[in-house]
Amino acid sequence: MADTIKLEISRYSPETDAAPHFQSFEVPFRRDWVVLDALNYIKDKQDGSLTYRWSCRMGICGSCGMLVNGEPKLTCATFLADYAPASIRVEPLRNFPIVRDLVIAMNDFMRKFQKMKPWLIRKEEKPVSEGEYLQTPEQLDAYKQFSMCINCMLCYAACPVYGLDPLFAGPAAIALAQRYNLDSRDQGAKDRFPVLSQHDAIWGCTFVGECTRVCPKHVDPAGAIQQYKLTAALDWVKSVVMPWGGK
Amino acid sequence: MKSSVATPPYTLNHPRWYRKRVSTYWWLLRWEYLRFVLREISSVFVAWFVVLTIVQIYAVSRGPDAYAEFQDFLKNPFVLALNVISFFFVVFHSITWFNLSARAMAIRIGGKRVPGFLISGPNFAAWLVISALIAWLLLRE
Ligand code: SF4
Ligand code: FES
Repeated sequence: MADTIKLEISRYSPETDAAPHFQSFEVPFRRDWVVLDALNYIKDKQDGSLTYRWSCRMGICGSCGMLVNGEPKLTCATFLADYAPASIRVEPLRNFPIVRDLVIAMNDFMRKFQKMKPWLIRKEEKPVSEGEYLQTPEQLDAYKQFSMCINCMLCYAACPVYGLDPLFAGPAAIALAQRYNLDSRDQGAKDRFPVLSQHDAIWGCTFVGECTRVCPKHVDPAGAIQQYKLTAALDWVKSVVMPWGGK
Repeated sequence: MKSSVATPPYTLNHPRWYRKRVSTYWWLLRWEYLRFVLREISSVFVAWFVVLTIVQIYAVSRGPDAYAEFQDFLKNPFVLALNVISFFFVVFHSITWFNLSARAMAIRIGGKRVPGFLISGPNFAAWLVISALIAWLLLRE
């Protein structure tokens, strides 16, 4: 087996470039190396100006998401060996503005998260002296899957609806809203309803399902969205059948 | 006094960020995207079937002559072709819908989530049974 592997990396310098272009690098091929290791090698030994985000190297910080051969991936969990001996293309996540090289701007993503009110909302906070809000393991299970999200934005890069309509709230934000809606300690579902039940939120989703496929944490954002569609539809039926039944 | 610290200069959308235009042919990039676009288009054919059914009911209500005329219309090769295509789109639409039902309904029994096939399975079964029943009603004799 060859002892090096070629990486074609998308470069963009806002100071000098009008558009991104590809640059090739040759790095040692090692079985235990992931794409991120190769990027670190390039930055250490070949070109210190290569810019990208990473932190944990273990699939938990969610900052190393990039396109590997066009597919949204955590580069710390994507092995060179799965592509060798062919060369590998590394590009910044799709559907986001590019700041430099492999770094994208996530402002829009953060704003969308905030809109979902992702915190425990209580009608009335109970005083600290009364202790914690307790929860059974079953109650935890109801939302646990949606709480596993690491905000890696792979699902946004995979979603054609987000690519076409930047106003679309997107998979992870809706899954996050559901994470709180389904939490037995939370009482804020009504506050989130007006944000969620919008054309640019759940109804913008046409069930492409790519978000769920690329999600490294098995959050199933597509499932979260369909579940909320059902909730919203039932809510509407209820409001028609029993208009007096106060929401 | 209100805080005198000025908000730091912050550009929400930096002019030097590079924005890639979505290619006109993005929907050809992956089979999943193509499937998504076809499913969006399928709504037109579903609507066509709805209109056709309404016209059919209207024709029935106007008596045998009107209905024969309607049947002639159906025999037109163009309409026939359109209906065959529509049929496939409607089937495609229905399959998606039943698969979706399994994802939309997170039913828990005894703390465990009921697996998807137990939700979509009965839907598919009911679809088959009802379709067979209708076919039998229409085709006997
Ligand atoms: S839902 Fe999955 S793919 Fe999307 S941001 Fe969260 S962990 Fe990443
Ligand atoms: S470096 Fe933290 S998820 Fe990859």
